[in-house]
Amino acid sequence: MSQSLISARGLTKKFGDLTAVDGIDFDVSRGESFGLLGPNGAGKSTVMRMIGATSQRDAGQLTILGKDPEKHGPQIRAHLGVVPQQDNLDMQLSVTENLYIYGRYFGLPRKFVKGKIDELLSFAQLEEKRDSKVEALSGGMKRRLTIARALVSEPEILMLDEPTTGLDPQARHILWDRLFRLKEQGVTLVITTHFMDEAEQLCDRLVVMDKGKIMAQGAPAGLIKDYSTKEVLEVRFGADRNQEVADALKAMCERIEELPDRILMYTDDGEALLEKIYASGLHPKTSLVRRSSLEDVFLRLTGRTLIE
Amino acid sequence: MSITNTRQGSLRLVDATKIHSRGAIYVAQARIRTMMKWIWMILAIAVANPVLYLISVGVGLGGLIDKHVGAAGVDGVKYLTFLAPALLAQAAIQGAMDESVFPTIEGFKWHKTFYAMNSTPLTGSQISVGVFLAAFFRTIYTVLLYFGVMWAFGALESPRAWLAIPVAIFAGISFGAIMQSVAAKLENENIFFVVLGRFIMMPLFLFSGTFFPLSSMPFFLQWIGWISPLWHATELGRYLTYGHVITPAMMWIHVLVLTVLLFVGLYLSARIYSKRLAK
Repeated sequence: MSQSLISARGLTKKFGDLTAVDGIDFDVSRGESFGLLGPNGAGKSTVMRMIGATSQRDAGQLTILGKDPEKHGPQIRAHLGVVPQQDNLDMQLSVTENLYIYGRYFGLPRKFVKGKIDELLSFAQLEEKRDSKVEALSGGMKRRLTIARALVSEPEILMLDEPTTGLDPQARHILWDRLFRLKEQGVTLVITTHFMDEAEQLCDRLVVMDKGKIMAQGAPAGLIKDYSTKEVLEVRFGADRNQEVADALKAMCERIEELPDRILMYTDDGEALLEKIYASGLHPKTSLVRRSSLEDVFLRLTGRTLIE
Repeated sequence: MSITNTRQGSLRLVDATKIHSRGAIYVAQARIRTMMKWIWMILAIAVANPVLYLISVGVGLGGLIDKHVGAAGVDGVKYLTFLAPALLAQAAIQGAMDESVFPTIEGFKWHKTFYAMNSTPLTGSQISVGVFLAAFFRTIYTVLLYFGVMWAFGALESPRAWLAIPVAIFAGISFGAIMQSVAAKLENENIFFVVLGRFIMMPLFLFSGTFFPLSSMPFFLQWIGWISPLWHATELGRYLTYGHVITPAMMWIHVLVLTVLLFVGLYLSARIYSKRLAK
């Protein structure tokens, strides 16, 4: 039997006239890595704040670790590790001090926190920076420290809101590696992201969100299978010609998507399709065959790209 | 069957009941830790201020006044004795305000550290009380230090001069608590600092009977004193340290005003913190 740590039914949050989260349902099981994928403004962070038991819902049901966050906020937060979208470290204190005071906020014994700090510094690869002021750290280091800080209480659920936004590729890969290790250790992860590669790498299961609603949910591979074809052929004919050839291309495959700079053609065999295009006398300026991704799922579901 | 997980120490170690009773202390400890990064600056200001005031106003102006009014003195005492409780209360108010206004704006806006605190079991009320307690602590040592400097200057001829200490601290935390709730409400702090410095702190300092009895002011300006915690504290301080004459009713009014400011400030801060964090 899988144990549901988080359960939402008809979860709704409004800010004035804006319905940020519009009656969504989902469950997160123990040990699972659960993702919320969607563009900026889809309502992901609002969902996170509600799961984090700091912002209260306007309607629907929400149970976290068997408790209602409206009544038991502090008791729920005692078992969560929260990594917000924006690092909110204490800039005037050192790396070690940030971990220490945060551990104390959980009422953890001094001795336990002090022992934990070494383990966390090693996990976050910040041993050499232990006495540095946070102000002096790079963006990637700050992010890793924020994650280490969230782990100080050994939480049951680790929540990460856009963990790698604003980081360079190398810093992202280091972070992914650290999160993957946590996942292997069986820590339950809840992650929001608008990067499809991040969602594919880190999430066992995810919901695709847009405008406060859930468009689809499932495992990354399953979603791709359900909502897209095996392969995608990307062709460019030049900005003014894309439009002209679109109709001809549409007839050659299951489905096409016209983007401002290129046309995506959905098929199970990209190379064969490309040959067919050439055979018909059309000559794209560039072409690329790739596997379908969550980006394609999102495009199919909403008609828009994730990063706009 | 649940999956056993050795990493989940929060189940074993985190005690929500303990945090419920001690959360504000944890916040205060963290605030004091940050304060210690600036402690030399804080102490330098806490010493430099009285030294400058006592030399210029106390010794310089005071000497002139004492020479002209003669044995009668100001309010029956030497000018420095008259001035001491007011300066002390002013120092307390300034210290308490700095330590409640800046951390509040930092916590909500500059570094958003309150949001980090609130993602632990800590509540908005505990965070606000914690910030207040740290300001309380700074007020205490600022006043003690100021008092020490006054003593070194021989500004304390009354044997009961020390009674000005608790009064000054009381005034400091009352004003600090109110300003903390105001700071928690702020969205734009730049305008606030201009208004605070020029239209609140300065008039309060000058028009609260600090340098001369409030009764020497034109009547239409005396209201500034009545609403000023500094004036209430100064009157109380003068009464306690050298027997400045006030009616029993006025004495209770002074105590009441400071008490009301303190509790209203604490209540509003806790409320505004909680609301703003839940937004």
